Amino acid sequence: MSEQLPRWLYLRQGVAVDEAAVPTIASEEFAAHVVAMRGRGGRISSLFARRLATDALRVYCLLAFDADSTLAICATDLAGANPSYPSITAHWPAAQAFERAIAESYGVTPLHHPWLKPLRYVATDNGTPAPWGKFDPAKTIPGDYPFYRVEGEEVHEVAVGPIHAGVIEPGHFRFQCHGEDVLHLEIVLGYQHRGAQALLLHPNATRSALVAETIAGDATIGHAMAYCVALEGLGGVSVGMRASAIRAIALELERLANHVGDLGALGLDIGFLPTSAYLGRLRGDFLNLTAEICGSRFGRNLLRPGGVKFDIDTALAEKIRTKLEGLQKETLEVLDLMFSTPSVLARFEGTGALTRETAEEIGLVGPAGRACGCPRDARSNHPHGIYQFNQLPLATETTGDVSARAVVRWLEVQRSLEFLLDILTRLPEGKTFAPLTALKSNALAIGLTETWRGEATYVAFSDAAGKVSFVQPKDPSMHNWYGLALALRNVAISDFPICNKSFSLSYCGHDL
Amino acid sequence: MLKILQTRLHQGHRTTKFPLEIPALPERFRGRPTIDQAKCSPQCQQCVDACPTSALSIVPVENGATKRELRLDLGKCVFCTECVDICPTGAIAYTKDHRLATSTREDLILSGDQLKLAEGLGQQITSRLGRALRLREVAAGSCNACDLDTNVLNTVGWDLSRFGIAFVASPRHADGLLVTGAISENMRYAVRDAYDAVPAPKIVIALGACAISGGPYAGSPATHNGLGDGSILPVDLFIPGCPPHPLTILDGLLRLIHRIPKG
Repeated sequence: MSEQLPRWLYLRQGVAVDEAAVPTIASEEFAAHVVAMRGRGGRISSLFARRLATDALRVYCLLAFDADSTLAICATDLAGANPSYPSITAHWPAAQAFERAIAESYGVTPLHHPWLKPLRYVATDNGTPAPWGKFDPAKTIPGDYPFYRVEGEEVHEVAVGPIHAGVIEPGHFRFQCHGEDVLHLEIVLGYQHRGAQALLLHPNATRSALVAETIAGDATIGHAMAYCVALEGLGGVSVGMRASAIRAIALELERLANHVGDLGALGLDIGFLPTSAYLGRLRGDFLNLTAEICGSRFGRNLLRPGGVKFDIDTALAEKIRTKLEGLQKETLEVLDLMFSTPSVLARFEGTGALTRETAEEIGLVGPAGRACGCPRDARSNHPHGIYQFNQLPLATETTGDVSARAVVRWLEVQRSLEFLLDILTRLPEGKTFAPLTALKSNALAIGLTETWRGEATYVAFSDAAGKVSFVQPKDPSMHNWYGLALALRNVAISDFPICNKSFSLSYCGHDL
Repeated sequence: MLKILQTRLHQGHRTTKFPLEIPALPERFRGRPTIDQAKCSPQCQQCVDACPTSALSIVPVENGATKRELRLDLGKCVFCTECVDICPTGAIAYTKDHRLATSTREDLILSGDQLKLAEGLGQQITSRLGRALRLREVAAGSCNACDLDTNVLNTVGWDLSRFGIAFVASPRHADGLLVTGAISENMRYAVRDAYDAVPAPKIVIALGACAISGGPYAGSPATHNGLGDGSILPVDLFIPGCPPHPLTILDGLLRLIHRIPKG
């Protein structure tokens, strides 16, 4: 088999490769070629299509080999109107959402895809019909869809959304229940679709960066970092260690704010109010530290291709470090209270469990994947910049339930705090910003960041003139929404809130 | 139980004294911008070209010696630093003033250092609502940042309920909608349905650059450029920012229900 397999281009993030060097595989062999790499430790990091100048369609598969710290890419060309190819999903469910997106946006049929249906409710790029029919703008809204139904005596259906009870993003959840037990949950998204991918090519470079920052606004730094690394790769530069350290500080502050907020929200959903009250406030304190760096609680305008727009001088580093020391004590005390309260553990343990096997099958990433025992964290598996020198230990659990997803966050909170307290005492010297000048022509480059939610992947292409011609963003939620649906099987519907919160996924990051 | 009490003791009292005292804002916080027309040099339009969301414009005016005026549309502004960085004469600057909410779309156009802040609701609707305000939040093509910094108002730090304001689950229990996002095409029906379900008289709050003008998503065929043009829903309060600081949001809500001194 190995004599056939070198038809992959191996690469790492932040380094451009010649676009023509990406091997193309015959479309009939593409799925088998991709699936064969699964046994060698590969996992799908991104899978997308791109319309070529010739009007043909090229489908790219980017695999990550976490244990080997490498990435590999290959492609297949599809020609003609409404082309088809044997689907990857038929053998490897991790591709399911990606292949639905390709089918929806380009009218491609991934043959034998077990459940081909719309993903974001958008028209194809050239007006050709999707495999399930032509897009009707008057009718095609998310939710206008024949949901999978379980029928029988005492079986009932619960529909929730798109507008939910809380202050949260829109999505539709359809539960098939028998009494309290959920037999099946189907999730329909697309409500937040804003056309973000096209705007990543806006002629105003700041505008494109703003769009990257707001693909999932609660992971501004994570997305901006992956976007910047991809563009810097095309530019043939890598930012200095000082800029990289400031990016990492912002990324870990973002992780702290969100993990602390999610743990607090888990407390709220089980009615354990002390932690939800304290952690809700502490989340804000971490966001305020990001605002000390760049004026924005979400880290807007901090990262730009070429570096960071705000420096952290010695006085500010000391100010942040001192505040963090106080926050460390307060946060860990509250988390210790939460994880030593039997009534909390009783609600978390065994709820919404996924096995490691399932996690690998569907390609879970981030804390949800690590909770199932998948040793997968871009900061340690695919380190870039300062993470090559200041390493964070990988936090994993084994039980794959709400408890494991909470404990992974608890561990990561502790480790991010230690990372920050250390790096703030010895920020590397150097420049913080140097604008990108010329980009390499006809190249592609990858950016991969472990956001607090999991891996964000950006694949950027440049054209013959050295302009950015195509960017494919991916939020970790593309992998993980399906995990939430599976976690609900045979779980009481009343446990949906804590299951949902323990995954804490992005609607807009998924919908783009 | 003892541990809960001990933690409670350590955590202490954390609610801000706002509006009696303004909480400290970070040094680099970007609040209301100011434009010094006297410093703005004729023929220069570097800021207009640099602005990522076309929030800046130069319009001809007859005002004594000057023939032109630089205007900043806060409804489009994402509070980045492009204009400030590029201006050769320092004509644009940020202040730390968090107060940004206005009653009309036009009031968001800034040409100096003053903004006509929001008026409270009229007497008729105020007499119906009393001292309380119940809102249904609708995210429609948002990035979740506006939503999160609205939710923050429910934490102990801000304790929104002490002002009689609360977010409710059903639009039928609400006095109005608080809308975030550029109004994605895929949420247009739901936004309209939610609005129709609110009993009259009802109010609408457009929160953030997206909900006012589309923000970074203006011009996308998948969105409707927010609510600012009034074609989807009428708007009673505009709160600009990307996202607005919780203090800015709270200030706007309190102005609406006459719970903050004018000015």
